[in-house]
Amino acid sequence: MPNKALVRSRAAELRARFEKAGAAVAETSLLQPADVLLDLYGEDIRARAYVTSDSLLGEQMLRPDFTVPVVRMHMEHGAEPARYTYAGEVFRRQEADARRANEYTQVGYEVFDGQDPAAADAEVFALIQDTLSGLRLRAATGDIGLLLAAVRGLDTTEARKAALTRHIWRPRRFRALIERFAGRTTEPPHRAALLADGDPLQSGVPFIGLRTPDEVRARIARLREDAAEPPLSTVQVDLIDAILNVRETLPFALERLRDIAVDMPAITEAVFCLRDRIEALDKRGVDVNAIQFEGSYGRTNMEYYDGFVFGFYADHADLPPVATGGRYDALTRVLGQDSGIPAVGAVIRPDVMLKLEGQL
Amino acid sequence: MTIKLGVPSKGRLMEKTFDWFGARGIALARTGSDREYAGKVEGVDNVELVLLSAGEIPRELAAGRIHLGVTGIDLVREKLGLWDQQVEVMAELGFGRADLIIAVPACWVDVDVLDDLDAAAAAFRAEHGFRLRIATKYHRLVREFLRENGVADYQLVDSQGATEGTIKNMTAEAVADITSTGETLRANHLKILSDGMILRSQATLFRARRAPLEGQDRETLDALLDTLGL
Repeated sequence: MPNKALVRSRAAELRARFEKAGAAVAETSLLQPADVLLDLYGEDIRARAYVTSDSLLGEQMLRPDFTVPVVRMHMEHGAEPARYTYAGEVFRRQEADARRANEYTQVGYEVFDGQDPAAADAEVFALIQDTLSGLRLRAATGDIGLLLAAVRGLDTTEARKAALTRHIWRPRRFRALIERFAGRTTEPPHRAALLADGDPLQSGVPFIGLRTPDEVRARIARLREDAAEPPLSTVQVDLIDAILNVRETLPFALERLRDIAVDMPAITEAVFCLRDRIEALDKRGVDVNAIQFEGSYGRTNMEYYDGFVFGFYADHADLPPVATGGRYDALTRVLGQDSGIPAVGAVIRPDVMLKLEGQL
Repeated sequence: MTIKLGVPSKGRLMEKTFDWFGARGIALARTGSDREYAGKVEGVDNVELVLLSAGEIPRELAAGRIHLGVTGIDLVREKLGLWDQQVEVMAELGFGRADLIIAVPACWVDVDVLDDLDAAAAAFRAEHGFRLRIATKYHRLVREFLRENGVADYQLVDSQGATEGTIKNMTAEAVADITSTGETLRANHLKILSDGMILRSQATLFRARRAPLEGQDRETLDALLDTLGL
């Protein structure tokens, strides 16, 4: 059987399995409105998705994932609780590595159910793990919610917390901000001169463009406030680092995070969530002692996961993860709805499964 | 069989390229009427001159339709993915110097570095309801640079010319463009970000890694490069 047909038939099997688990089949268009994806991911998505256009509808993107269209569909017609499954191709530009597929099949399972988040997390994880049980895979997990809680709990201004939250998915930028807020980097000379100047807007250059003098003044006022703010304490920076550096199996990670929560009570709720998730996983028959938790896991993925994140990997450096997933409670809000709809989901790549089985 | 050498088809870039080759014993010249894009090569046999727009030379090199080509490193890196696997730099020619930079209105006294641009972009999006617009024709290079430097909440808008004017015309808030002296930027009340240097470019002689060499092509190429002292 040709490769594509093999992948397709495996995808159909997987989707049938997810239907049996209680999901309704969702179909989405190959062409997705570009503006929605651009607003969500920012300009970076252009480096990862194929953009096309016509003179009437403007820019469209070849579906780079299913989650966004499925969430939009659910926002329009869905009622909670709901479970969806889908199978089909997604398209990703691969300009940095020609060996990576630019078109591949995903089979997904998404749960919209706010009743018991820990149980829903465990349901999705256990279903994926069970589906992949014939392969020797390593599971990695993380929790973006813990990091978000840690940032919220920092003893500093709302402006600094907002800046850190905005860059939580950009580790380098996040680190640079932490260093700056901790007073560990020297301010650029221009900054000091600007703040010392009584009336920096009287520079004699004409005002051009859409950004108004008031916006410039407001930013200078924020910079002044920030300059007056004491630096982030070493203790707090160390606590953030301690969370990011956790690398243990789930039960040990929980213990470690409980210790950290003693000094940083703001993460207590998030640690309880982790505890509940571990219990729910255990109840589902998942061997939690065999699952790794990494404090920084999932930060470089697409930036809609805001809670539990996980992936299944083969010990094979050349292969992408066999499955990835996570919780994205805030996505519906970002996509324009007033309130978030708690949701968690995952996708499997049947082509990678087949490769590992030696069939491709 | 001939070795094909792609050279910009008009203007100072063409003249300077002819001068550079001429100084090394290879005479390049246009033939026929002023409007006809035909040329000849003297000083080495079996080399054919192909006059092309500088912007098309990267694509022709990548396709292997020309063996050697002169164009800016900026165009090669913008247009070719994994560019150094497709072409090899043989010589930097020392002219056609231009820097790809990010510039903002000089009146933005609060914005001096990329860090400021990022903060201003976040506030701009909250205030105006859309992402801060950066006008450019170097989409890939600018996007990669901004991603590496962690700048978010911006969008690139395409501008194929008169890019410096987009801000005054309210179609962009910042620009990413080529400049050699910065004169046009200053005249349009723009300033370059202190750390906004994306790429220093100059005219460069490239060899196509995938261009087929048939018959005596390899000897011809070696003789040409030898004459050029490369």
